[in-house]
Amino acid sequence: MSAMISPHDEWLAIAGMAAVTFAIRYGFYALGDRLRFPPVLQRALRYVPVAVLTAIIVPMVLLPDGQHWQLDWRNAYLIGACVAGLIAWRTGHLLGAIGCSMAVFFLWRWWLL
Amino acid sequence: MSPSLYPSRRAEALRGARETIPMLVGAAPFGVIFGTLAAPSGLSALGALAMSLLVFAGSSQFIALTLLASGTGLAVIVLTTFVVNLRHALYSATLLPHVAHLPQGWRAPLAFWLTDESFAIVQHRYAEPDGSPHKHWYYFGSCLAMYGNWFTWTLVGVLLGRSVHGLDGLGLEFAMVATFVGIVVPMLKTRPMLAAALAAGVVALLGRNLEYKAGLMLAAVAGVAVGVLMESLQGEDRVQLEQSV
Repeated sequence: MSAMISPHDEWLAIAGMAAVTFAIRYGFYALGDRLRFPPVLQRALRYVPVAVLTAIIVPMVLLPDGQHWQLDWRNAYLIGACVAGLIAWRTGHLLGAIGCSMAVFFLWRWWLL
Repeated sequence: MSPSLYPSRRAEALRGARETIPMLVGAAPFGVIFGTLAAPSGLSALGALAMSLLVFAGSSQFIALTLLASGTGLAVIVLTTFVVNLRHALYSATLLPHVAHLPQGWRAPLAFWLTDESFAIVQHRYAEPDGSPHKHWYYFGSCLAMYGNWFTWTLVGVLLGRSVHGLDGLGLEFAMVATFVGIVVPMLKTRPMLAAALAAGVVALLGRNLEYKAGLMLAAVAGVAVGVLMESLQGEDRVQLEQSV
């Protein structure tokens, strides 16, 4: 059990997080028309979603506990991610990919426990 | 074409919400586990709900819990949030050409609600060739659905956390993996995209232990750089091929 943060600090943390997050999201929008991106940058922006989302999931899948590599069939994250990828690739059906892979993930864990 | 031939504002907003449903399903378990983990991490129930309402950024909220639990100071929590959420600046830069004509009263809330999920959905809508003047209503509908969903499931998590124990060991965070895999895989249709994903994945693995989660931002930059590089190399190949023919 961790030490409880004081109510005052808790609100400061939330206010700080909210402020920086909004500043990041609103910065470019606030400038609006005054901002023009060069074509190279516009091309670069098309790679943003793939790069960011891949960077978030790959470590979660290959090192589920955050410390140790788990590159075998006992890794439910790896199996589940493969199922999600396969369904999304073959059918393009996002909800199907999420639903089926979660079912496989939980069955896999339950079966291995 | 007269404007009346386009879908109404209401129809756009409803469609935006409807097409965000898969993302809602994916975010739900994530919201539950965030709410559940709040108390054990030292965050009050009210604090967890306020965070979901005011910060509204799942992965940074999660990381903040981890940091709180390890007794990290305020400045580091805010700095880490900044680094983890920097990717949203890239999202807003991508969508800017589509929202620049809107008044600030629209742009500010649309910016506040910008998440990974709504970005992926809304970007698709803007890419469609129809000239509907109400696409920002689609954006609005998608965001509102995500926002209501995130708050609701945080609340469920907070309530469950008080009555049911052991939810944190279930692996509910896999829902985020499933959602993001489902978004990314269909985008990997070209070699530069594939290369971008590969580069981002490798750099994320190499930089996973960097402080303030800086590895995430490095990986994003690496992925984008490799994608652009591959694209221009391919472009040169094509020019050479055309010249040789």
